[in-house]
Amino acid sequence: MDEFKLKVLELLKEDARRTPDLIATMLGVDVEAVRRAIKEMEANHIIVKYATVVNWSKVDDEKVTALIEVQITPERGRGFDAIAERIYLHPEVKSVYLMSGAYDLLVEVEGKNLKEVASFVSSKLSPIESVLSTKTHFILKKYKQDGIIFEDHIEDYRMHISP
Amino acid sequence: MIHSKPLNPETVRETGSMQRFLNPLVRSLKPSGIRKYFDLASGNKEIISLGVGEPDFVTPWHVREAAVASLERGRTTYTPNSGLPELREAIAAYLHNEFDVTYEPKNEILVTIGGSEAIDLALRSFISPGDEILVPEPCYIAYSPIAALSGGKPVGIETFAKDNFKLKPEALRAKLTPRSKVLVLCYPSNPTGGIMTYEDWLPIAKIVEEHDLVVIADEMYAELTYGSKHVSFASIPGMKDRTILVGGFSKAFAMTGWRLGYACGHPELIAAMLKIHQYTVMCAPVMSQIAACEALTRGLEVKDRMVESYNQRRRLVVKGLREIGLECHEPQGAFYVFPSIASTGLSSDEFCERLLLEGKVAAVAGHVFGLGGEGFIRCSYATSVTLLQEALERIDAFLRKLEAER
Repeated sequence: MDEFKLKVLELLKEDARRTPDLIATMLGVDVEAVRRAIKEMEANHIIVKYATVVNWSKVDDEKVTALIEVQITPERGRGFDAIAERIYLHPEVKSVYLMSGAYDLLVEVEGKNLKEVASFVSSKLSPIESVLSTKTHFILKKYKQDGIIFEDHIEDYRMHISP
Repeated sequence: MIHSKPLNPETVRETGSMQRFLNPLVRSLKPSGIRKYFDLASGNKEIISLGVGEPDFVTPWHVREAAVASLERGRTTYTPNSGLPELREAIAAYLHNEFDVTYEPKNEILVTIGGSEAIDLALRSFISPGDEILVPEPCYIAYSPIAALSGGKPVGIETFAKDNFKLKPEALRAKLTPRSKVLVLCYPSNPTGGIMTYEDWLPIAKIVEEHDLVVIADEMYAELTYGSKHVSFASIPGMKDRTILVGGFSKAFAMTGWRLGYACGHPELIAAMLKIHQYTVMCAPVMSQIAACEALTRGLEVKDRMVESYNQRRRLVVKGLREIGLECHEPQGAFYVFPSIASTGLSSDEFCERLLLEGKVAAVAGHVFGLGGEGFIRCSYATSVTLLQEALERIDAFLRKLEAER
Protein backbone atom coordinates (compact mmCIF):
# COMPACT_ATOMS: atom_id res chain seq x y z
CA MET A 1 0.00 0.00 0.00
CA ASP A 2 1.23 3.53 -0.70
CA GLU A 3 2.56 5.58 2.15
CA PHE A 4 -0.14 8.20 1.89
CA LYS A 5 -2.96 5.72 2.50
CA LEU A 6 -1.03 4.23 5.40
CA LYS A 7 -0.80 7.66 7.00
CA VAL A 8 -4.51 8.24 6.55
CA LEU A 9 -5.18 4.85 8.15
CA GLU A 10 -2.92 5.61 11.10
CA LEU A 11 -4.70 8.89 11.77
CA LEU A 12 -8.11 7.23 11.56
CA LYS A 13 -6.96 4.38 13.75
CA GLU A 14 -6.08 6.89 16.47
CA ASP A 15 -9.45 8.59 16.17
CA ALA A 16 -12.11 7.47 13.70
CA ARG A 17 -14.00 10.73 14.06
CA ARG A 18 -11.26 12.78 12.41
CA THR A 19 -12.73 14.48 9.37
CA PRO A 20 -11.12 14.37 5.91
CA ASP A 21 -10.53 18.10 6.38
CA LEU A 22 -8.53 17.62 9.55
CA ILE A 23 -6.58 14.70 8.11
CA ALA A 24 -5.75 16.70 4.99
CA THR A 25 -4.49 19.58 7.14
CA MET A 26 -2.39 17.30 9.32
CA LEU A 27 -0.79 15.63 6.33
CA GLY A 28 -0.45 18.81 4.30
CA VAL A 29 -2.38 17.44 1.32
CA ASP A 30 -5.52 18.21 -0.64
CA VAL A 31 -8.77 17.23 1.08
CA GLU A 32 -10.08 15.58 -2.10
CA ALA A 33 -7.12 13.19 -2.08
CA VAL A 34 -8.01 12.15 1.47
CA ARG A 35 -11.69 11.67 0.61
CA ARG A 36 -10.74 9.53 -2.38
CA ALA A 37 -8.34 7.41 -0.35
CA ILE A 38 -10.92 6.79 2.36
CA LYS A 39 -13.64 5.91 -0.19
CA GLU A 40 -11.31 3.47 -1.89
CA MET A 41 -10.27 1.82 1.32
CA GLU A 42 -13.89 1.53 2.42
CA ALA A 43 -14.81 -0.04 -0.92
CA ASN A 44 -11.93 -2.53 -0.66
CA HIS A 45 -12.85 -3.39 2.91
CA ILE A 46 -9.47 -2.21 4.10
CA ILE A 47 -11.47 0.05 6.36
CA VAL A 48 -14.05 -2.44 7.59
CA LYS A 49 -15.97 -0.44 10.11
CA TYR A 50 -15.84 2.64 12.37
CA ALA A 51 -16.54 1.22 15.81
CA THR A 52 -16.23 2.47 19.38
CA VAL A 53 -13.77 1.00 21.83
CA VAL A 54 -15.73 0.44 25.04
CA ASN A 55 -14.40 -0.32 28.47
CA TRP A 56 -17.23 -2.68 29.42
CA SER A 57 -15.98 -3.10 32.94
CA LYS A 58 -17.25 0.43 33.60
CA VAL A 59 -20.73 -0.43 32.34
CA ASP A 60 -23.15 -2.02 34.84
CA ASP A 61 -24.34 -4.42 32.20
CA GLU A 62 -21.65 -7.00 32.99
CA LYS A 63 -20.32 -9.38 30.40
CA VAL A 64 -17.85 -12.21 30.53
CA THR A 65 -15.41 -12.98 27.79
CA ALA A 66 -13.48 -16.19 27.23
CA LEU A 67 -10.63 -17.09 24.95
CA ILE A 68 -11.03 -20.68 23.78
CA GLU A 69 -8.26 -22.75 22.29
CA VAL A 70 -9.75 -25.13 19.74
CA GLN A 71 -8.03 -28.09 18.11
CA ILE A 72 -9.61 -29.28 14.87
CA THR A 73 -9.05 -31.62 11.96
CA PRO A 74 -9.04 -29.61 8.75
CA GLU A 75 -11.64 -30.47 6.10
CA ARG A 76 -10.43 -31.97 2.87
CA GLY A 77 -10.12 -29.29 0.18
CA ARG A 78 -11.21 -26.34 2.34
CA GLY A 79 -8.66 -26.57 5.12
CA PHE A 80 -9.54 -24.68 8.28
CA ASP A 81 -11.67 -22.01 6.65
CA ALA A 82 -14.93 -23.96 6.52
CA ILE A 83 -14.82 -24.86 10.19
CA ALA A 84 -13.75 -21.38 11.16
CA GLU A 85 -16.80 -20.09 9.31
CA ARG A 86 -19.15 -22.47 11.12
CA ILE A 87 -17.74 -21.06 14.35
CA TYR A 88 -17.58 -17.36 13.58
CA LEU A 89 -21.14 -17.18 12.27
CA HIS A 90 -22.38 -17.56 15.85
CA PRO A 91 -23.12 -14.05 17.16
CA GLU A 92 -21.62 -14.93 20.56
CA VAL A 93 -18.25 -15.29 18.85
CA LYS A 94 -16.40 -11.96 18.78
CA SER A 95 -13.22 -13.00 17.05
CA VAL A 96 -11.57 -16.05 15.55
CA TYR A 97 -7.89 -16.43 14.70
CA LEU A 98 -6.04 -19.28 12.99
CA MET A 99 -2.96 -19.94 15.10
CA SER A 100 0.38 -21.62 14.82
CA GLY A 101 1.46 -23.83 17.73
CA ALA A 102 -0.32 -26.23 20.07
CA TYR A 103 -3.87 -25.52 18.89
CA ASP A 104 -5.52 -24.33 15.68
CA LEU A 105 -8.16 -21.68 16.35
CA LEU A 106 -8.38 -19.07 19.04
CA VAL A 107 -12.02 -18.14 19.56
CA GLU A 108 -13.20 -15.18 21.60
CA VAL A 109 -16.67 -15.71 23.01
CA GLU A 110 -18.77 -13.22 24.93
CA GLY A 111 -21.73 -13.99 27.17
CA LYS A 112 -23.80 -12.59 30.01
CA ASN A 113 -22.23 -14.93 32.57
CA LEU A 114 -20.02 -17.96 32.99
CA LYS A 115 -22.91 -20.35 32.50
CA GLU A 116 -23.86 -18.88 29.17
CA VAL A 117 -20.32 -19.14 27.81
CA ALA A 118 -19.93 -22.66 29.18
CA SER A 119 -23.14 -23.73 27.56
CA PHE A 120 -22.06 -22.25 24.24
CA VAL A 121 -18.92 -24.36 24.39
CA SER A 122 -20.72 -27.57 25.32
CA SER A 123 -23.74 -27.20 23.08
CA LYS A 124 -22.41 -25.33 20.02
CA LEU A 125 -18.66 -25.58 19.78
CA SER A 126 -17.67 -29.03 21.02
CA PRO A 127 -20.33 -30.94 19.04
CA ILE A 128 -18.88 -29.73 15.71
CA GLU A 129 -17.56 -32.91 14.18
CA SER A 130 -14.05 -31.70 13.35
CA VAL A 131 -13.50 -30.11 16.76
CA LEU A 132 -11.15 -32.42 18.66
CA SER A 133 -10.78 -30.50 21.89
CA THR A 134 -11.39 -27.12 23.53
CA LYS A 135 -9.76 -25.30 26.40
CA THR A 136 -11.63 -22.32 27.83
CA HIS A 137 -9.87 -19.37 29.52
CA PHE A 138 -12.02 -16.65 31.06
CA ILE A 139 -10.71 -13.10 30.87
CA LEU A 140 -10.57 -11.51 34.31
CA LYS A 141 -9.45 -8.01 33.39
CA LYS A 142 -8.58 -6.11 30.23
CA TYR A 143 -5.57 -3.85 30.55
CA LYS A 144 -5.02 -2.92 26.97
CA GLN A 145 -6.84 -3.63 23.74
CA ASP A 146 -5.90 -2.66 20.20
CA GLY A 147 -3.10 -0.47 21.49
CA ILE A 148 -5.42 1.40 23.81
CA ILE A 149 -4.71 1.27 27.54
CA PHE A 150 -7.87 0.94 29.62
CA GLU A 151 -6.49 2.12 32.95
CA ASP A 152 -7.22 5.71 33.89
CA HIS A 153 -3.83 6.47 35.39
CA ILE A 154 -2.30 8.18 32.40
CA GLU A 155 -1.80 11.78 33.38
CA ASP A 156 0.00 14.72 31.93
CA TYR A 157 2.63 15.48 34.55
CA ARG A 158 4.02 18.48 32.73
CA MET A 159 3.93 21.95 34.22
CA HIS A 160 1.59 24.37 32.41
CA ILE A 161 4.43 26.67 31.50
CA SER A 162 8.09 25.91 30.95
CA PRO A 163 10.85 27.65 29.02
CA MET B 1 16.57 41.33 30.44
CA ILE B 2 19.42 42.42 32.68
CA HIS B 3 19.69 45.58 34.75
CA SER B 4 23.28 46.53 34.32
CA LYS B 5 23.12 49.14 37.10
CA PRO B 6 23.80 47.52 40.47
CA LEU B 7 21.93 48.79 43.54
CA ASN B 8 23.84 51.22 45.67
CA PRO B 9 25.38 49.10 48.47
CA GLU B 10 24.97 51.92 51.02
CA THR B 11 21.24 52.15 50.43
CA VAL B 12 20.93 48.41 50.71
CA ARG B 13 22.77 48.31 54.04
CA GLU B 14 20.57 51.04 55.55
CA THR B 15 17.42 49.07 54.87
CA GLY B 16 18.90 46.05 56.67
CA SER B 17 17.94 43.92 53.73
CA MET B 18 19.62 40.56 53.20
CA GLN B 19 20.12 41.78 49.66
CA ARG B 20 23.39 43.28 50.87
CA PHE B 21 24.96 39.84 50.91
CA LEU B 22 24.22 39.19 47.29
CA ASN B 23 26.62 39.48 44.45
CA PRO B 24 25.44 42.61 42.59
CA LEU B 25 25.40 40.63 39.36
CA VAL B 26 22.97 38.13 40.85
CA ARG B 27 20.96 40.87 42.48
CA SER B 28 20.48 42.64 39.19
CA LEU B 29 19.37 39.46 37.46
CA LYS B 30 15.66 39.58 36.71
CA PRO B 31 13.66 36.40 37.19
CA SER B 32 12.49 34.88 33.93
CA GLY B 33 9.44 36.56 32.43
CA ILE B 34 7.94 33.12 32.00
CA ARG B 35 7.51 32.87 35.75
CA LYS B 36 4.49 35.19 35.78
CA TYR B 37 2.50 32.91 33.47
CA PHE B 38 3.54 29.91 35.46
CA ASP B 39 2.02 31.45 38.57
CA LEU B 40 -1.16 32.49 36.76
CA ALA B 41 -1.72 29.11 35.16
CA SER B 42 -0.64 26.74 37.89
CA GLY B 43 -3.33 24.58 39.42
CA ASN B 44 -6.03 25.68 37.00
CA LYS B 45 -7.50 22.55 35.46
CA GLU B 46 -9.71 24.36 32.94
CA ILE B 47 -6.74 25.78 31.13
CA ILE B 48 -5.38 24.31 27.95
CA SER B 49 -1.70 25.04 27.96
CA LEU B 50 0.21 25.91 24.84
CA GLY B 51 2.95 27.18 27.10
CA VAL B 52 4.74 23.93 27.65
CA GLY B 53 8.32 23.72 26.44
CA GLU B 54 8.57 19.95 26.47
CA PRO B 55 7.25 17.00 24.48
CA ASP B 56 3.83 15.54 25.28
CA PHE B 57 5.26 12.06 24.85
CA VAL B 58 6.49 10.14 27.83
CA THR B 59 10.02 8.74 27.47
CA PRO B 60 9.66 5.54 25.41
CA TRP B 61 9.13 2.52 27.63
CA HIS B 62 12.23 0.64 26.48
CA VAL B 63 14.34 3.61 27.58
CA ARG B 64 12.64 3.81 30.97
CA GLU B 65 13.00 0.07 31.35
CA ALA B 66 16.73 0.20 30.64
CA ALA B 67 17.12 2.71 33.47
CA VAL B 68 14.99 0.63 35.83
CA ALA B 69 16.99 -2.49 35.02
CA SER B 70 20.26 -0.68 35.67
CA LEU B 71 18.98 0.50 39.04
CA GLU B 72 17.99 -3.05 39.92
CA ARG B 73 21.49 -4.21 39.09
CA GLY B 74 22.82 -1.55 41.41
CA ARG B 75 24.39 0.86 38.96
CA THR B 76 24.22 3.81 41.29
CA THR B 77 27.77 5.12 41.22
CA TYR B 78 29.66 8.08 39.82
CA THR B 79 30.78 7.81 36.23
CA PRO B 80 33.88 9.32 34.62
CA ASN B 81 33.61 13.13 34.64
CA SER B 82 33.01 13.40 30.95
CA GLY B 83 30.41 10.62 30.94
CA LEU B 84 30.21 6.86 30.37
CA PRO B 85 32.60 5.90 27.55
CA GLU B 86 29.86 3.87 25.83
CA LEU B 87 27.53 6.86 25.89
CA ARG B 88 30.18 9.16 24.42
CA GLU B 89 30.76 6.63 21.69
CA ALA B 90 27.04 6.37 21.00
CA ILE B 91 26.78 10.17 20.82
CA ALA B 92 29.73 10.31 18.41
CA ALA B 93 28.19 7.67 16.14
CA TYR B 94 24.81 9.34 16.26
CA LEU B 95 26.14 12.81 15.41
CA HIS B 96 28.21 11.37 12.61
CA ASN B 97 25.27 9.48 11.08
CA GLU B 98 22.60 12.11 11.56
CA PHE B 99 24.38 15.43 11.14
CA ASP B 100 27.64 14.64 9.46
CA VAL B 101 29.85 15.98 12.25
CA THR B 102 32.65 13.84 13.64
CA TYR B 103 33.90 14.02 17.22
CA GLU B 104 36.40 11.91 19.10
CA PRO B 105 34.56 10.31 22.06
CA LYS B 106 37.71 10.41 24.21
CA ASN B 107 38.30 14.14 24.42
CA GLU B 108 35.81 16.00 22.25
CA ILE B 109 32.54 15.04 23.94
CA LEU B 110 31.37 15.98 27.42
CA VAL B 111 28.14 14.59 28.87
CA THR B 112 26.32 17.27 30.88
CA ILE B 113 23.26 17.78 33.03
CA GLY B 114 20.96 18.88 30.24
CA GLY B 115 21.92 21.20 27.46
CA SER B 116 21.56 23.91 30.11
CA GLU B 117 24.76 22.90 31.90
CA ALA B 118 26.64 22.70 28.61
CA ILE B 119 25.58 26.28 27.79
CA ASP B 120 26.60 27.46 31.24
CA LEU B 121 30.00 25.73 31.03
CA ALA B 122 30.72 27.12 27.59
CA LEU B 123 29.75 30.68 28.47
CA ARG B 124 31.76 30.58 31.69
CA SER B 125 34.76 29.11 29.89
CA PHE B 126 34.81 31.82 27.24
CA ILE B 127 33.70 35.05 28.88
CA SER B 128 35.91 37.54 30.68
CA PRO B 129 34.36 40.71 32.13
CA GLY B 130 33.55 43.16 29.37
CA ASP B 131 33.39 40.61 26.58
CA GLU B 132 30.40 40.92 24.32
CA ILE B 133 28.16 37.95 23.64
CA LEU B 134 26.11 38.17 20.48
CA VAL B 135 22.67 36.60 20.80
CA PRO B 136 20.15 36.53 17.96
CA GLU B 137 16.73 37.13 19.47
CA PRO B 138 13.95 36.21 20.12
CA CYS B 139 15.66 33.22 21.69
CA TYR B 140 15.74 30.83 24.60
CA ILE B 141 15.84 32.75 27.86
CA ALA B 142 19.05 31.50 29.49
CA TYR B 143 21.96 32.83 27.44
CA SER B 144 21.97 36.50 28.37
CA PRO B 145 21.53 36.02 32.15
CA ILE B 146 24.32 33.42 32.29
CA ALA B 147 26.58 35.60 30.17
CA ALA B 148 25.89 38.54 32.47
CA LEU B 149 26.81 36.48 35.54
CA SER B 150 30.30 36.10 34.13
CA GLY B 151 30.54 39.85 33.66
CA GLY B 152 29.89 39.57 29.96
CA LYS B 153 27.75 41.98 28.04
CA PRO B 154 24.93 40.32 26.12
CA VAL B 155 24.23 42.02 22.81
CA GLY B 156 20.91 41.10 21.25
CA ILE B 157 20.56 40.88 17.48
CA GLU B 158 16.95 41.33 16.46
CA THR B 159 15.52 38.88 13.93
CA PHE B 160 12.23 39.32 12.11
CA ALA B 161 9.15 37.36 11.08
CA LYS B 162 9.56 38.57 7.48
CA ASP B 163 12.88 36.67 7.38
CA ASN B 164 11.36 33.65 9.15
CA PHE B 165 13.49 34.73 12.13
CA LYS B 166 16.72 33.76 10.43
CA LEU B 167 19.95 35.44 11.46
CA LYS B 168 20.95 37.79 8.64
CA PRO B 169 24.66 38.55 8.05
CA GLU B 170 24.03 42.33 7.88
CA ALA B 171 22.35 42.24 11.29
CA LEU B 172 25.25 40.32 12.80
CA ARG B 173 27.81 42.63 11.22
CA ALA B 174 26.02 45.71 12.57
CA LYS B 175 26.51 44.54 16.16
CA LEU B 176 30.17 43.61 15.95
CA THR B 177 32.64 45.58 18.07
CA PRO B 178 36.26 44.92 19.06
CA ARG B 179 34.90 43.30 22.26
CA SER B 180 32.68 40.81 20.40
CA LYS B 181 33.79 37.35 21.41
CA VAL B 182 31.02 34.78 21.54
CA LEU B 183 28.12 34.13 19.18
CA VAL B 184 25.26 32.03 20.57
CA LEU B 185 23.09 30.30 17.99
CA CYS B 186 19.80 28.62 18.78
CA TYR B 187 18.46 26.99 15.64
CA PRO B 188 16.00 25.30 15.23
CA SER B 189 14.74 28.14 17.36
CA ASN B 190 12.89 28.15 20.59
CA PRO B 191 10.60 30.21 20.51
CA THR B 192 10.15 31.01 16.83
CA GLY B 193 10.53 27.62 15.14
CA GLY B 194 12.92 29.27 12.67
CA ILE B 195 15.74 27.26 11.12
CA MET B 196 18.96 28.00 9.25
CA THR B 197 19.92 26.18 6.05
CA TYR B 198 23.41 25.51 4.71
CA GLU B 199 23.10 28.59 2.48
CA ASP B 200 21.92 30.70 5.42
CA TRP B 201 24.92 29.60 7.48
CA LEU B 202 27.66 30.30 4.92
CA PRO B 203 27.77 34.12 5.19
CA ILE B 204 27.46 33.85 8.99
CA ALA B 205 30.43 31.48 9.06
CA LYS B 206 32.43 33.94 7.00
CA ILE B 207 31.86 36.74 9.52
CA VAL B 208 32.63 34.39 12.43
CA GLU B 209 35.95 33.57 10.82
CA GLU B 210 36.82 37.17 9.95
CA HIS B 211 36.14 38.35 13.48
CA ASP B 212 37.58 35.30 15.18
CA LEU B 213 34.43 34.58 17.19
CA VAL B 214 33.82 31.44 19.20
CA VAL B 215 30.36 29.95 18.69
CA ILE B 216 27.99 28.15 21.02
CA ALA B 217 25.53 26.31 18.80
CA ASP B 218 22.57 25.26 20.92
CA GLU B 219 21.05 22.62 18.66
CA MET B 220 18.73 21.06 21.20
CA TYR B 221 15.93 20.84 18.63
CA ALA B 222 18.14 19.42 15.86
CA GLU B 223 15.92 16.38 15.40
CA LEU B 224 12.78 18.43 15.06
CA THR B 225 12.83 19.96 11.60
CA TYR B 226 10.14 19.57 9.01
CA GLY B 227 10.80 19.34 5.33
CA SER B 228 14.58 19.70 5.44
CA LYS B 229 17.19 18.08 7.62
CA HIS B 230 18.87 20.21 10.26
CA VAL B 231 22.27 21.58 9.28
CA SER B 232 24.61 21.78 12.22
CA PHE B 233 26.69 24.95 12.37
CA ALA B 234 29.67 22.74 13.26
CA SER B 235 29.33 21.01 9.89
CA ILE B 236 30.00 24.24 7.96
CA PRO B 237 33.59 24.16 6.61
CA GLY B 238 36.05 25.76 9.02
CA MET B 239 33.57 26.09 11.88
CA LYS B 240 34.01 22.85 13.82
CA ASP B 241 37.09 23.89 15.81
CA ARG B 242 35.61 27.19 16.97
CA THR B 243 32.15 25.83 17.74
CA ILE B 244 30.79 24.16 20.84
CA LEU B 245 27.91 22.02 19.68
CA VAL B 246 25.28 21.62 22.39
CA GLY B 247 22.76 18.83 22.11
CA GLY B 248 20.61 16.69 24.32
CA PHE B 249 17.98 14.07 24.71
CA SER B 250 15.12 16.15 26.08
CA LYS B 251 13.33 17.11 22.92
CA ALA B 252 14.09 14.38 20.41
CA PHE B 253 13.69 11.47 22.79
CA ALA B 254 11.15 13.00 25.18
CA MET B 255 13.59 12.89 28.09
CA THR B 256 13.34 16.36 29.65
CA GLY B 257 13.22 15.18 33.26
CA TRP B 258 16.34 13.05 32.92
CA ARG B 259 18.40 16.21 32.56
CA LEU B 260 20.91 14.92 30.09
CA GLY B 261 22.78 16.74 27.36
CA TYR B 262 26.22 17.04 25.88
CA ALA B 263 28.79 19.46 24.51
CA CYS B 264 31.12 18.65 21.64
CA GLY B 265 34.07 20.64 20.40
CA HIS B 266 37.79 21.12 20.10
CA PRO B 267 39.70 19.18 22.81
CA GLU B 268 41.16 22.37 24.30
CA LEU B 269 37.74 23.96 24.68
CA ILE B 270 36.14 20.79 26.01
CA ALA B 271 39.01 20.36 28.49
CA ALA B 272 38.30 23.84 29.87
CA MET B 273 34.60 23.10 30.24
CA LEU B 274 35.43 19.75 31.82
CA LYS B 275 37.38 21.54 34.56
CA ILE B 276 34.32 23.52 35.64
CA HIS B 277 32.11 20.45 35.22
CA GLN B 278 34.25 18.26 37.47
CA TYR B 279 34.38 20.86 40.25
CA THR B 280 30.69 21.74 40.11
CA VAL B 281 28.72 18.59 39.32
CA MET B 282 31.33 15.85 38.94
CA CYS B 283 29.30 13.90 36.41
CA ALA B 284 25.79 13.54 35.01
CA PRO B 285 23.54 11.02 36.83
CA VAL B 286 24.45 7.48 35.86
CA MET B 287 20.87 6.27 35.41
CA SER B 288 20.17 9.05 32.96
CA GLN B 289 23.32 8.18 31.05
CA ILE B 290 22.30 4.55 30.78
CA ALA B 291 18.83 5.56 29.57
CA ALA B 292 20.44 7.82 26.97
CA CYS B 293 22.58 4.95 25.69
CA GLU B 294 19.43 2.93 25.17
CA ALA B 295 17.71 5.85 23.41
CA LEU B 296 20.61 6.33 21.00
CA THR B 297 21.17 2.68 20.20
CA ARG B 298 17.58 1.49 19.92
CA GLY B 299 15.31 4.51 20.02
CA LEU B 300 15.81 6.13 16.66
CA GLU B 301 12.67 4.68 15.10
CA VAL B 302 10.43 5.83 17.94
CA LYS B 303 11.96 9.27 17.55
CA ASP B 304 11.03 9.37 13.85
CA ARG B 305 7.43 8.61 14.71
CA MET B 306 7.34 11.41 17.24
CA VAL B 307 8.75 13.86 14.70
CA GLU B 308 6.07 12.87 12.18
CA SER B 309 3.41 13.44 14.79
CA TYR B 310 4.75 16.93 15.62
CA ASN B 311 4.75 17.78 11.95
CA GLN B 312 1.05 16.87 11.65
CA ARG B 313 0.18 19.05 14.58
CA ARG B 314 2.37 21.88 13.29
CA ARG B 315 0.37 21.99 10.07
CA LEU B 316 -2.88 21.94 12.02
CA VAL B 317 -1.92 24.82 14.30
CA VAL B 318 -0.36 27.06 11.65
CA LYS B 319 -3.41 26.71 9.42
CA GLY B 320 -5.77 27.12 12.37
CA LEU B 321 -4.10 30.30 13.61
CA ARG B 322 -4.08 31.81 10.13
CA GLU B 323 -7.75 30.97 9.65
CA ILE B 324 -8.76 32.77 12.82
CA GLY B 325 -6.87 35.82 11.66
CA LEU B 326 -3.43 35.71 13.28
CA GLU B 327 -0.45 36.27 11.04
CA CYS B 328 1.90 33.35 11.45
CA HIS B 329 5.19 32.63 9.72
CA GLU B 330 5.82 29.03 8.75
CA PRO B 331 7.92 27.48 11.52
CA GLN B 332 10.18 24.74 10.18
CA GLY B 333 11.64 23.42 13.38
CA ALA B 334 11.15 22.76 17.12
CA PHE B 335 7.54 22.48 18.30
CA TYR B 336 6.55 26.11 18.54
CA VAL B 337 4.60 28.56 16.46
CA PHE B 338 5.17 32.26 16.95
CA PRO B 339 2.15 34.11 15.60
CA SER B 340 1.85 37.89 15.59
CA ILE B 341 -0.85 39.36 17.80
CA ALA B 342 -0.06 42.94 16.73
CA SER B 343 -3.42 43.18 14.93
CA THR B 344 -5.22 43.10 18.29
CA GLY B 345 -3.52 46.29 19.44
CA LEU B 346 -2.54 44.63 22.72
CA SER B 347 0.97 44.11 23.98
CA SER B 348 2.00 40.47 24.04
CA ASP B 349 1.91 40.60 27.82
CA GLU B 350 -1.64 41.97 27.95
CA PHE B 351 -2.74 39.53 25.29
CA CYS B 352 -1.35 36.48 27.07
CA GLU B 353 -2.65 37.49 30.45
CA ARG B 354 -6.17 38.07 29.12
CA LEU B 355 -6.06 34.96 26.94
CA LEU B 356 -5.19 32.97 30.03
CA LEU B 357 -7.78 34.53 32.36
CA GLU B 358 -10.63 35.04 29.87
CA GLY B 359 -9.92 32.53 27.12
CA LYS B 360 -8.49 29.76 29.32
CA VAL B 361 -5.53 29.16 27.04
CA ALA B 362 -1.95 29.57 28.25
CA ALA B 363 0.72 30.84 25.88
CA VAL B 364 3.93 32.74 26.53
CA ALA B 365 4.31 36.43 25.69
CA GLY B 366 6.95 37.00 23.03
CA HIS B 367 8.77 39.81 24.83
CA VAL B 368 10.26 37.40 27.39
CA PHE B 369 12.41 36.01 24.58
CA GLY B 370 14.17 39.30 24.01
CA LEU B 371 14.41 41.70 21.08
CA GLY B 372 11.85 41.27 18.34
CA GLY B 373 9.56 39.19 20.56
CA GLU B 374 7.08 41.93 21.43
CA GLY B 375 3.88 41.61 19.42
CA PHE B 376 4.19 37.84 19.21
CA ILE B 377 3.20 34.90 21.39
CA ARG B 378 4.81 31.48 21.67
CA CYS B 379 2.44 28.54 21.33
CA SER B 380 3.70 25.01 21.75
CA TYR B 381 1.93 22.35 19.71
CA ALA B 382 3.27 19.48 21.79
CA THR B 383 -0.27 18.71 22.92
CA SER B 384 -2.94 16.31 21.68
CA VAL B 385 -4.82 17.07 18.47
CA THR B 386 -8.11 17.25 20.32
CA LEU B 387 -6.77 19.82 22.79
CA LEU B 388 -5.14 21.82 20.00
CA GLN B 389 -8.46 22.01 18.17
CA GLU B 390 -10.20 23.11 21.35
CA ALA B 391 -7.46 25.69 22.04
CA LEU B 392 -7.84 27.12 18.52
CA GLU B 393 -11.57 27.48 19.09
CA ARG B 394 -10.98 29.26 22.37
CA ILE B 395 -8.42 31.63 20.85
CA ASP B 396 -10.89 32.33 18.04
CA ALA B 397 -13.64 33.16 20.52
CA PHE B 398 -11.22 35.37 22.46
CA LEU B 399 -10.24 37.26 19.31
CA ARG B 400 -13.90 37.82 18.43
CA LYS B 401 -14.46 39.18 21.92
CA LEU B 402 -11.52 41.58 21.53
CA GLU B 403 -12.93 42.70 18.20
CA ALA B 404 -16.34 43.38 19.74
CA GLU B 405 -14.70 45.54 22.40
CA ARG B 406 -13.16 47.80 19.81
